[in-house]
Parts: sequence; C-alpha cells; structure tokens
Amino acid sequence: MQDAVTSPVPAGNALGAVNYLSERRGLASWLFTLDHKRIGLMYLVSILASFLLGGILALLIRTELLTPARTIMDAKTYNQMFTLHGAVMIFLFIIPGIPAALGNFVLPLMLGARDVAFPRLNLASYYCWVAGALLALVSMILGAVDTGWTFYTPYSTTTDTAVISMALGVFVLGFSSILTGLNFIVTIHKLRPAGMTWFRMPLFLWALYGTSLIQVLATPVLGITVLLLAVEKGLGIGIFDPALGGDPVLFQHFFWFYSHPAVYIMILPAMGIISETISTFSRKHIFGYRFIAWSSIAIAVISFLVWGHHMFVSGQSNLLGAIFSFLTFLVAIPSAIKVFNWTATMYKGSIWLAAPMIYTLSFLFLFGIGGLTGLFLGSLATDVHLHDTYFVVAHFHYVMFGGTAVAFLAGLHYWWPKMLGRMYSERWANVAAGLVFVGFNVTFMAQFLMGAKGMPRRYYNYLPEFTPYHVASSIGSYVLGFGFVIAAAVLLHSLLRGPLAPANPWGGATLEWQTTSPPPTANFAGEVVAGDPYDVERFEFDPGAGGYVSVRGAAAGH
Amino acid sequence: MSHAVEHAHDPHLQHHFATRKQQAEAGKLGMWLFLATEILLFSGLFCAYAVYRANHPEVFIYAHRFLDSTLGGINTLVLIFSSFTMAWAVRAAQIGAQKALQVLLALTLACGFGFLGIKYVEYHHKWKEGLLWGKRYAPQSQAHVPTGQEGAATHGRETAHDVPVVPKNVHLFFGIYFAMTGLHGLHVVAGMVVLGWLLLRARRGEFGSHYFTPVDLGGLYWHLVDLVWIFLFPLLYLIH
Amino acid sequence: MHAPAQPAHPGTHVVPWRTLFVVFAALVALTVATVAATWVDLGKLNLVVALAIATVKAMLVLLYFMHLRWDNRFNAVVFCTTILFAALFVSLTLLDSKTYQPELIPDYAPAITPRS
Repeated sequence: MQDAVTSPVPAGNALGAVNYLSERRGLASWLFTLDHKRIGLMYLVSILASFLLGGILALLIRTELLTPARTIMDAKTYNQMFTLHGAVMIFLFIIPGIPAALGNFVLPLMLGARDVAFPRLNLASYYCWVAGALLALVSMILGAVDTGWTFYTPYSTTTDTAVISMALGVFVLGFSSILTGLNFIVTIHKLRPAGMTWFRMPLFLWALYGTSLIQVLATPVLGITVLLLAVEKGLGIGIFDPALGGDPVLFQHFFWFYSHPAVYIMILPAMGIISETISTFSRKHIFGYRFIAWSSIAIAVISFLVWGHHMFVSGQSNLLGAIFSFLTFLVAIPSAIKVFNWTATMYKGSIWLAAPMIYTLSFLFLFGIGGLTGLFLGSLATDVHLHDTYFVVAHFHYVMFGGTAVAFLAGLHYWWPKMLGRMYSERWANVAAGLVFVGFNVTFMAQFLMGAKGMPRRYYNYLPEFTPYHVASSIGSYVLGFGFVIAAAVLLHSLLRGPLAPANPWGGATLEWQTTSPPPTANFAGEVVAGDPYDVERFEFDPGAGGYVSVRGAAAGH
Repeated sequence: MSHAVEHAHDPHLQHHFATRKQQAEAGKLGMWLFLATEILLFSGLFCAYAVYRANHPEVFIYAHRFLDSTLGGINTLVLIFSSFTMAWAVRAAQIGAQKALQVLLALTLACGFGFLGIKYVEYHHKWKEGLLWGKRYAPQSQAHVPTGQEGAATHGRETAHDVPVVPKNVHLFFGIYFAMTGLHGLHVVAGMVVLGWLLLRARRGEFGSHYFTPVDLGGLYWHLVDLVWIFLFPLLYLIH
Repeated sequence: MHAPAQPAHPGTHVVPWRTLFVVFAALVALTVATVAATWVDLGKLNLVVALAIATVKAMLVLLYFMHLRWDNRFNAVVFCTTILFAALFVSLTLLDSKTYQPELIPDYAPAITPRS
C-alpha cells in the first residue's frame, strides 16, 4: 500500500496479484467451483443472458403491437411470445437475479465470512437453475407453450402444448430458489462475525433474509402446484379439472399462494440494494436503520396474506375478496416506511450522482408510481374495472422493472468494480441510466393510460383508438432497449479498457469494501472487524491511494 | 489462530466453519429449513383434501370404505417402529456403538421395504378394481358398496343425514388418495436411499461420538416421512 | 480426544433408551386408540378426535425422536412458523371454497378447443 503514491495501481487492486478470478484457471475450475464469488458470477452471466432473451422478446411483442392485426407475426406466435417473455423474465431473471447473482457474491463478503454455509448446495442450486432453465426453454420454444406464465387451468390442461415439461422445468427452478434461500438463512444465522449483531448487519442482508424466508416458505407450494398440474395434464387426476368435478379456482389459490409472495422475492432484495447505495452516495449514515430492517421482515410476512387480490374476479367469494383487499393495503405501510427513510437519508447529504445513484433515484421514482398504482388494483371495486387491462401490465412493470431491474442495475454498477477489479466510464454509464429512465417511462406510462381506458392485456388485436398509445409504448421500448445496449457496452468496455479499481471506489462502509478488488479466494487476508455498516463519513477520498480510505478507526458503536 | 490447529486435525470440519459446533448447528438448521419446505409441499395436498372433504363429505364417506384400514394400520405401526429404530440409531451413533448403529439402520431400512411392500399390495388391489383417479376411474364391481346406510336409496344431496349410495365424483377421493400416498411413497423411497447411504458409511466406521451429523440429519428426514403418514392414516383410512 | 460415551459438541442431547421406548409404546397405544375411536359414532367429533390424536403423536415424534425438546430453540421456531403458514394457506382457501363452491355450476366445463 505504501507504493500506491508512485504506482498507477490504486490501493487495494488485486488484478495483478492473486485473486479469486486468477487463482485457478481452466473450464473445470469454474464448473466445479465451490467459491460463492465464482458461482455468483456464473449466475450473473446466465441471468444476463436470460434478460437479453426476455428483452428481445419484449421488443418483438412491442413491434407486433405497433399496428392492430398482424404486423410481424401471427396470433399463435404472439401468444407464445408473451408466455416466453413472462416466464423467462420472471423465473429466469427477476427471481434469481439479485439474490442468486449479486447476493451470492456479496453476502459472505458483507458478513466477513469465507463462504456461504453450504458451498456444495450453492453449486447444486446453480445447476438446478441451468437444468430448469433448459427444460423450460425447450418446452416453450419447441413445445410452444401458450398459457401465459400463470398456467391457469382448465386451459393449461386442455391445450396440446408442452405444459408437462414446462411444469417440471418450473419445479426444478423452484428447487434452485429454495436451495439459495435455505443457504442464505443458515449463513446469516451461523456465520456472522464476532461483533456483528443482528442490528449491525448491512440492510442488504436483512432484505436477503426476508427474501430467503419467502423462498423457503412459499416456493414449495409452487412445487406442489406444478406437480399437480403435470399429473392433471398427464394422467387426468381431476383435482383442478371442472370436467371431472374438480375445482379450477383452487388452482388459482395454489398458484397465487406462491406467486404473490414471489413478487416480494423480486422486490425485497432490490430494496436492500437501495438501502446500501443511498447511504454511500449521499455520504451519510442511513436514516431509520431499525425501521428499514423490520419493514423487510414485515413485508415478507404480509406478502403471505394477500394472494387473493389476484382473484377478485375469478370466482373468489366476496367475503375473502374484502379480506384480501384490506390486507393488501397493509403492504403499503412497510413499503412507505422504507421510501420515507431513504428520502430522509438523502436529506442534507452530499449527493454524488454516480451511475448507481442515478439508478437508485430512478428506483425511488418508479417504485413510488408502481407502488401507489398497486393500491388502485388492491381496491376491490376499482380492480373490477382495471383487472386484466394494460393498467395491470404497467403497474407490474413499474414495480418489477422500474423497481427490481433498475435496482439490479444499481447494484451491478455498484459492485462491478469489486467483482471484476475495473471501473467503467462514468459518463456513458450515466447516459445509459438516463435513457433507461426515459424509455421506461414512455413505454409504460402509455400503458397506464390505455389500460385505464380499457385496453385488455395479452390481446393480439386492438381497436384503432388505442393505436397512438401502442405506438408511443413501442417507441419508448426502443429507447429503453437502446439504453440497455449502451449500458452493456459500457460494462463490456470496462472489462477490456477500464481503469483499475481501488478497494473502495465509492466510500462504502460495509465489509466487502475492506478487501481487495477483486477479492482473494479466501475473501479476506486477515481478521475482519465489523463496525457500523453505515458510518460512511469516516471514509474520505485519498488521491494518493486512488480510492476511499478510512480516516479514523472503525467506530465501535453508533 | 486456534481454528487452524483444529482444522489440521479434523477432517470433518469444512474450511469456512470455525468450530465443529458451528458446523453441526448450521447443518441442523439447514435440515429443519428443508423439512419446512417438505411440510409446505405436502400442505398443498392437505389443502386440496380439506377443500374437497369440506365441500363433498359424501364422497369421502362413501369412498374411504374401499381402503383397507387393517393394511393402513399395519403400515402405520411399521413406520412408527422404523422411527423408533431410527431415533435409537442416532443414539447409537452418539455413543459410538458401531454394531448397534449398523443393525438399527438396517432395521429402519427393512421397515421402509416393508412399508412399500404393503403399499404395493394396496395399490395393486385398487388397480385391479379400477378404483383410480379422475379419468382412469372405472370401478369393476359394485360389490363393495357399503350396506347399512338405510334411507339412502335416492340419488342426490337431499338432506344431511341421507348419504347417497353412489355419490357423484367418487374419483376425486381416489385422485387425492393417490396424490397424497404417492408423494409420500416417493419420500419413503428418497428416505431409503439416504438410509442406504448412511448404512454404507456406518459399515465403514465413519460415525462415532465425534461425528454423527449425517445420521442425525438423515434421521430427521425419516421422522418427517413418519409425521406425514401419522396424519394421512386417519384422514384417508379412518373417515367416519 | 473425546471420551467415547459423550457427544462431541455441547448442545446435542443423547436421549436415554428408556425414553425412546416409552415414546414408541405411547405411539403404538395412540394408533390403537385412533382406530378404536372410529368404532364410536361421535358425529363431527370423530374428525376432531382423529386429528387430536394425530397431533399428539406428531408432538411425541417431534419432541423426543427429533430432539426438538433439547434442540436449539430456533429450530422449533422454524417448525412452528411452517405450521402457521401451512395453516394460513389451508384455512383461507377452505374458507373461500365453502362460499364459492356451492355457487359452481355442476359439471360446467366450457369446451376449449385451442386448435380449432
């Protein structure tokens, strides 16, 4: 570290030295690795590939919808396209995106641990993901599944497409998700370092803990749902089939008992990332730590009580409809607590508009809109009008894309230097972030408007008066796609030409910034001392070191 | 570092754990979380059971008589006995009683085979009689139609007391019966694979008072299989 | 090194053989009891009795065979949480189905021909 002043290598960069990327070489060293960082990276590459596939499908769908009737594909292909888009984005990208890729990389580092509790299970989870993804993709592309990602019976049991293998693919993906969640819970319980009590954990870990609880408690119900769907379709067991006296509404109860909590599997870790970036880039201690921490657990618990709001017009009883509508409003409370605390964190901070922060601010704005429109849909009476319209599509994308995917990008840009040891072009990353924000709003604001006017979702054809909205939405999607191309180019360019990253490029106070970029295989060279994870003000930029260094010792208390 | 010394002497301690206690507790918590997912997997079937039993009790009252509660009862005892030998096996591992551990694991495994054998007899009988699920339901004879339900000649659901002789959608019961016992049977098979693996390792003398976590965790899984059956038996065979 | 008669790590409990056997005997007795209970007509109470006996049996297995009584308290918390969520799932669905199922049109299943 002493030569840092004279050497161009910033303090704490290990690209030239031994690190987890360079220590072992060869394909086998990756395929059989038990290192959480390498598994996280393999997850990241696979998930980004799925995101690319889902994104291309989205652009094809938007292109088809430029005009009523046929534009570039026939109706049947269109049905398969939106099924494929939904299933790929949900099961292959958003659900595993933050926990399995970024979480895998960061969680043990934040704990100052060497690895997750069960490294072999971690690798097994990755291969489950690969197997499930292949099975699902093959059945969707070759087997032409056209049920939408929700597989509602009785259509899914009567369509002659490859629903069985698709269901098994989802089952295997569920296994992958369960194994990750189980691993994270045990890791957080058993591998925290001395001095890191529950309330001195980084908030990202609280969020991952809440996420893992849902993964463990909800995913098995999806498992039994798709298994029963498969035997229903294959053997005609009759439980969900009205022709055999079965009950199709029961299928929806089964499906949403998982799939509503699942949207919190998607959003909770995103909220965790925001809690990290907002403090670091405001150069200020997080405001209301305990509230943010507890609200993650509150969201995880309440998420199990609201599944029926997907079934207001599906034949669910009025009594349950009213109960579920009421409970749905409760979710707004912990979500709002988080947003208020994030905003309060920024108050009087010295805000640094680096790319992760721009994505963070986008998140606050988009999640605000997405969350508030969710209240319209949660109201029993309003939902009858808005149900199954583009309003739902827009709401869902504001929360899942504007929320989760944007926070994923914030986290990706935030931890990129730590993962790969290089910085990216700050200016172009900001341009990409701006394009994503603008393109996203144009795409989905138009969908809010046409949804409120009654344009139903998933339709191939539409009335001519909806044309302007569809055209605006499609143009927005092209801007959005262009933004992603730039973001990808920026990150790929940094791999080749990016300046070397210091150990702590942003001045974060969590433990992962105390090791080299990229970290060694064992994560930390010496003993790790856990301090206050949000005492960012003790880090100041040192031009000699090329990054942030601590100007006083780790604070023992708050 | 004191850990390093322990690492050097302890082949059973993985590098990322500081102590054996931490490792064992992590394994146990992991197993309990896995059991939680198993319970929730079964909860879907219990939910389907509850919904159909509450809404169509006549189907359950009529159809459960086709199940042989004697065989079901014997199977319950077989599983309970296997749980007993399994718990005993954990004790044997803990105190390092090698021979007892092997015998007890083998006994538990044998009980698993016994359970599956009896299950096969039951399934075979249902298959022959055509008492199957949904689409495949084609009862071969009405000989089993229970008698003694006086005043039940009319068809339909007139009053609460009159149980129709042959209610509608009897196949729903068999759908649920086969789903529940089938999934449970798969878990028995998985548990037997675990037991076989434990037995192999026990024969190599790998377990003892210093290291018995695999036996402990395998035992937890086997007990869960027993737990599920404890509820399946009265719910499917003993409907009144 | 460790004395052979003691478990290596504190916190693991060796259950005495006598306890295991008593629990086993109780489980057998309760199985007989649950079969015997079906010979008596208690109306709706039959189901309650059967489930109560099954719950007691399950508790015995959990507490003694699965060591929950001596285990880390958090493992019991995991188990109870699981049961709570399973109960939530079953009870709300059941509550709903009791209301909507009578409204279902018997055997109504519109023909769906995806490839017409």
